[in-house]
Amino acid sequence: MSKKVLVLGEAREGALRNVSYEAIAAAKQISSGGEVVSVLLGDSVGELATELGKYGADRVITVEHPHLKQYTSDGYGQALLAVIEQENPDAIVFGHTALGKDLSPKIASKLQIGLVSDVTSIEGEGDSAVFIRPIYSGKAFEKVKVKAGIEFITIRPNNIAPLAKDDSKSAVVSSLSVDITNLRTIIKEVVRKTTEGVDLSEAKVVIAGGRGVKSEEGFAPLKELADVLGGAVGASRGACDADYCDYSLQIGQTGKVVTPDLYIAAGISGAIQHLAGMSNSKIIVAINKDPEANIFKVADYGIVGDLFEVIPMLTEEFKKLKVNA
Amino acid sequence: MNIYVLVKRTFDTEEKIVVSGGKIQEDGAEFIINPYDEYAIEEAIQVRDAQGGEVTVLTMGGEDAEKQLRTALAMGADKAVLINIEDDVEEMDQFTAAHVISEYLKDKNPDLILAGNVAIDGGSGQVGPRVAESLGINYVTTITNLEINGTTVTIKRDVEGDTEVLETSLPLLVTAQQGLNEPRYPSLPGIMKAKKKPLEEVELDDLDIDEDDVVAKTETIEIYLPPKKEAGKVLEGELADQVKELVHLLHSEAKVV
Repeated sequence: MSKKVLVLGEAREGALRNVSYEAIAAAKQISSGGEVVSVLLGDSVGELATELGKYGADRVITVEHPHLKQYTSDGYGQALLAVIEQENPDAIVFGHTALGKDLSPKIASKLQIGLVSDVTSIEGEGDSAVFIRPIYSGKAFEKVKVKAGIEFITIRPNNIAPLAKDDSKSAVVSSLSVDITNLRTIIKEVVRKTTEGVDLSEAKVVIAGGRGVKSEEGFAPLKELADVLGGAVGASRGACDADYCDYSLQIGQTGKVVTPDLYIAAGISGAIQHLAGMSNSKIIVAINKDPEANIFKVADYGIVGDLFEVIPMLTEEFKKLKVNA
Repeated sequence: MNIYVLVKRTFDTEEKIVVSGGKIQEDGAEFIINPYDEYAIEEAIQVRDAQGGEVTVLTMGGEDAEKQLRTALAMGADKAVLINIEDDVEEMDQFTAAHVISEYLKDKNPDLILAGNVAIDGGSGQVGPRVAESLGINYVTTITNLEINGTTVTIKRDVEGDTEVLETSLPLLVTAQQGLNEPRYPSLPGIMKAKKKPLEEVELDDLDIDEDDVVAKTETIEIYLPPKKEAGKVLEGELADQVKELVHLLHSEAKVV
């Protein structure tokens, strides 16, 4: 049976996040020839709607309201429930982002339905769709089916490939007016700590530092390499505990889970708790002075050496590669 | 202040995962309090110490979870509740858990409920917000700081690395992120006292819940281990050559840059 699938589009600093396109691809698969409807919420999001069509959305519904300028579960919840009521979808897809993680359980609870969180791949399509998700911090996987009711999933960024952009395609855009009232949370301030635009969970390249980085200043060469590769900087718990960096950079069992195309671990020993946060990365590079370090066991490529020598040399080589490309 | 903490018993982070007969093998494994829940317990104790009141730790599961509840009591919680579903629920999911916990809490008038932002086994992060929604109270996830002034609550939360500062009010459910506090270890006197603290055990019958009302909405049809990764290639030779080779491999072989 073909299905109608609702997808939440997510913008960050005025641009759509990649996961919005990945969610459309997931929705296409679940819809099995049905309809994919993207939803955009905000105070002014109309301009972003056309982009979603090029990535495969059949329709886009925008809900614009001053109270939707910043995300709150109450505001977004009210808007989305209004869209769900109007559209009556067979399935819903969110990104497993800070916003998606926060909002999806509220919607699932309100609708009294199941929710499959943090899906990394989908097998089959339509009624036979099965959702695969990591459990035990990626040490195992489970295949989950929704028994009855709306199929509601959140997808982990960087795992389901978006459809190729097709400029000739466009979506039918409509707007829905929703009264947003009674917000119980007021956002006072957002303190930006992350580096320019590249979000750790969505980054294609992550350069992570451990205790071997030795100081706050020690992260500078890592940052330089990340900038050259358009990546983000992360850290092990050891580096965070030693105050070399903010906990917001921590990758691991407690901390962020990342699955970039390239993960470079510099001065990280590779405790099992750290591996839980990055072992599903596509390619792992380990740089460590200790040839016995555990990180080499999960690495695709390793260099035994001092990160303060290796990282700047890598930066130079990648610069050359970029120039030649 | 009437404070509840939702706690889950999970595999020790160091445990190796073994799958047999389509299930994760639990025999002989070490179990702990879910690490994120430890932050929630610590914060609850600190709030109680500052504001007065009582901390109740609550878990759902089998008899074995009593051990984790006793640990929470030893840390400083006042009371514990075990919702024992061992004999009643065969297949459960987050809907089941949230429904059962909400039914228990609905007439307890909690001012503040704390939970971990995610459990390191199932990893869904749903149960806290679902419970709040069922109870009709507000929630804030992944918090790193909590200040309570009367009924006004000021919170810092982690949003993918950025910090959001927000204001809300009690009653409220919050989920703890790393960085919220440094959970204490149970002291020896704490462990002795914990043995005498009240631990209530209830079953679905006591909550007037029909087993059919909590049937899972989702179903796990298979559990498997990821393919074993082959040992990687440790480069050799002069460092400068190694670096050149690595860049070449990443570009031409792995094709990730």
